[in-house]
Amino acid sequence: MSESPFAVEMNDIVIRFPGVLANDHVNFTLRQGEIHALLGENGAGKSTLMNALAGLYRPTMGTIKINGEVVSFSSPKDAIAQGIGMVHQHFMLVPTQTVTENILLGLDEPRFLMRLKAYDQKVLALQEQFGLRVDPTAKIWQLSVGEQQRVEILKTLYRGANILIMDEPTAVLAPQEIDDLIETMRSMVAQGKSIVFISHKLHEVTAVADRVTVLRKGRVTAEGVDIQGMTKRDLAQLMVGRDVVFSIDKKPQEPGDVVLSVKDVHAENNKGVPALRGVSLEVRQGEILGIAGVSGNGQSELAEVITGMRPCQGSILINGEEVANQPPINSIRHGVAHVPEDRTHVGSAPNLSITDNTIMKAYREKPVARGWSVDFTYARENARKLKDAYDILAPSVETMARKLSGGNLQKVILAREISQEPRLMVAVQPTRGLDVGAIEAIQTLILAQREAGTAVLLVSEELEELLSLSDRIAVIYEGEIMGIVPAEEADVEELGLMMTGTRLADIRKQKATADTGRIEA
Amino acid sequence: MKLPFTILFEKRMEDVPKWLPAATSIGSVLIAFLISGIILKLIGGQPLRVAGFFFDATFGSWAAISDTLVKATPLIMVGLACTVAFKMKLWNIGAEGQFYIGAFAASLVVLIPMVPLDSPRIVIIGLMIIMGMIGGAVWGFIPGLLKGKFGVNEIITTLMLNYIAILWNNFWIFNKWSDAGFQMTPPFEKNAWLPRLADYAREFRAFSGITLHLGVVIALVATVVVWWVLERSRWGYEIKLTGDNKEAARYAGINIVRNVILVMMFSGALAGLAGMSEISGVVHRLQERISPGYGFTGIIVAWLAKLNPFAVVLVSILFGALIVAGREIQPSGLAQLLQGIILFMVISSDVLLRYKIRIIRLQSPAAGEVEVA
Repeated sequence: MSESPFAVEMNDIVIRFPGVLANDHVNFTLRQGEIHALLGENGAGKSTLMNALAGLYRPTMGTIKINGEVVSFSSPKDAIAQGIGMVHQHFMLVPTQTVTENILLGLDEPRFLMRLKAYDQKVLALQEQFGLRVDPTAKIWQLSVGEQQRVEILKTLYRGANILIMDEPTAVLAPQEIDDLIETMRSMVAQGKSIVFISHKLHEVTAVADRVTVLRKGRVTAEGVDIQGMTKRDLAQLMVGRDVVFSIDKKPQEPGDVVLSVKDVHAENNKGVPALRGVSLEVRQGEILGIAGVSGNGQSELAEVITGMRPCQGSILINGEEVANQPPINSIRHGVAHVPEDRTHVGSAPNLSITDNTIMKAYREKPVARGWSVDFTYARENARKLKDAYDILAPSVETMARKLSGGNLQKVILAREISQEPRLMVAVQPTRGLDVGAIEAIQTLILAQREAGTAVLLVSEELEELLSLSDRIAVIYEGEIMGIVPAEEADVEELGLMMTGTRLADIRKQKATADTGRIEA
Repeated sequence: MKLPFTILFEKRMEDVPKWLPAATSIGSVLIAFLISGIILKLIGGQPLRVAGFFFDATFGSWAAISDTLVKATPLIMVGLACTVAFKMKLWNIGAEGQFYIGAFAASLVVLIPMVPLDSPRIVIIGLMIIMGMIGGAVWGFIPGLLKGKFGVNEIITTLMLNYIAILWNNFWIFNKWSDAGFQMTPPFEKNAWLPRLADYAREFRAFSGITLHLGVVIALVATVVVWWVLERSRWGYEIKLTGDNKEAARYAGINIVRNVILVMMFSGALAGLAGMSEISGVVHRLQERISPGYGFTGIIVAWLAKLNPFAVVLVSILFGALIVAGREIQPSGLAQLLQGIILFMVISSDVLLRYKIRIIRLQSPAAGEVEVA
């Protein structure tokens, strides 16, 4: 592997934006037939470097060689001609058209007659070759996110790409889909393709990559290092520039009174299909109840019925008072903080300032409210304090929320929710898509809430996160709780079985019979 | 042919400087004037003479300024009406209808009459203001309710209600209160007229013939009120938040249905106030065609002012001047042409707020980057 020639050599690349040095003398090489991970925090310059390779930016300085020859791209078309294809994080597909139509979009062939059937066959042949199965006649809107991503990959392969750049391809996928993707990537390199895998998820990088290049603040901190012998901790340190504590310090603590009590709750999702089917659970003061499960099994709906954003049947008590089927204002008044799953579409107002975003819940009450008016001088002052206290990186509190990175936006949301001094915090996927440094900060904030005596309902797809933060873990599958186990007794295999639809009681029963069977034998 | 440089459009990552929106708007207006001048030259006119004439007709004398302000007055209020609704992304294009119903409701005070017509002026005018606002608010309430409760598209309902309002007005002025068969009511009692500067010509000779009326003061008061509501009040914050992200507003516990209805009523009330000011300050009777499309011009005014209440005043004065100039200049379409070009320029200048434009010379990629905006 290490002897195979270079497919890409990027030497001494400098990319300068007004006021920012996005890439500072970066070297990057990609060998033929390897998966090379490009690792770094958000804003470290990974995407910028790869956009230069894909012909979207011109480097201010430096040379790019493809298969040993110096190239200069003035548009993505030039890069495609050299066999470079990029699979973007946000898909660029036409929802109302079929898979084949999307693949053919923008090509010179077919010229006049579409003859879709013939091209469907071509697409199928390509799928067969790389194991990327998706119905070529299906319309994009009918496909799952994972399938849409396969269409994006097929698009680049159809254009003859030998070098694939995948920009955080796993960020949008469910765990099984990630496994499928990794499988596909392996089959592609086996057939001679080379892949750049941009990510900040360490366990995926160690699982699939051959070599890794780490960027920090535009500079290379590890250049093409063999992944063998690197631990996650080494990589994290290279990425963040300091030692990252993976085992979070969770103090033993006795939970207090019941704050949230959900009893036999049923609810439907946006499509009118039952999403919650008789969920019951309790969360106590100073306790984190983790909700594990593959996404789309009712987690979002559970959070929404508790925060008053979705109607339901059943009973939801907060400190003994019924809050089910009441408007969101009611749960806010009961001291429920909500860190929503969708930071940009629900949790914040993108075109309003940080200041405006920090008062979303507080503008009704003193001291932010002053009679009928909002005391913006106070609000700004307070936003400045929060910006410092929560280490929010932004030019000023006047900066629009949409200009913040995911981690900083999440800190704004947490700052707002925590400063309401909640009794119950409902946090849905609070660390999804964030980089290591931000994840650590957010997790520490959530643990601090636990210590302050807040009851926390934490929904996450990262089992590791749930195991290290939660006191108890409930597993949800198709709108039902499969079982609740204390975190320190939780067994990953057992959780996995519950996540795929086996009840805890059944697992235990099977174990018991197996054990007794063994004894008898 | 390959150009020796490339022009790059880069998304602005940093904050837009505070002065830039104003600068691009003013620049767009100036460029629009320039383009109109070129067109005028091409068709064989004399742009500079026309410009001079334009200025004389609109700002050249106290009487001309007064004319311009009289035309600007309803535009300010209607522009504010649209500003309030657009802030919440409610596309109220029914200010025209709300204007008519406001005028109609204010007229009722005199036509029924609701109070003895020899009551003090302040009572009659005060009542007309209240009735005008209620009338407009009712006309805003209908689409507001439909939108809030049932999600009916407000663009369609407000547009349709315009025709209903105009025909409703016609019904009463043709049928019930027609003045000797003409499509107008008899003139109002002097007590129902908004005071004009000309009324004080005996005390101040300079005021003779100046038709500027109290409506302009009402419009300015409305401007300050709208500014306070939108920029300082809790309700204004809710409007801003809902306009930017409805889901976030719901999440923040805001009652969106109630706000949709209230904002449409507030918007309608402002347009109704404009109708009241127009009949009580200028026309002095209810008649057909009291508005030459103020309600629609208000949409443009609000848009050009980038939903800033104070900018609405400035843009309204500019548009008032264009209306006055259109009356004086032949061909009268020239003012409309200019209006169109201004709108086009301002809307396209938005690109400068969202993108940075850089010109890069190709020979030496490292050097020679020129920042344009």
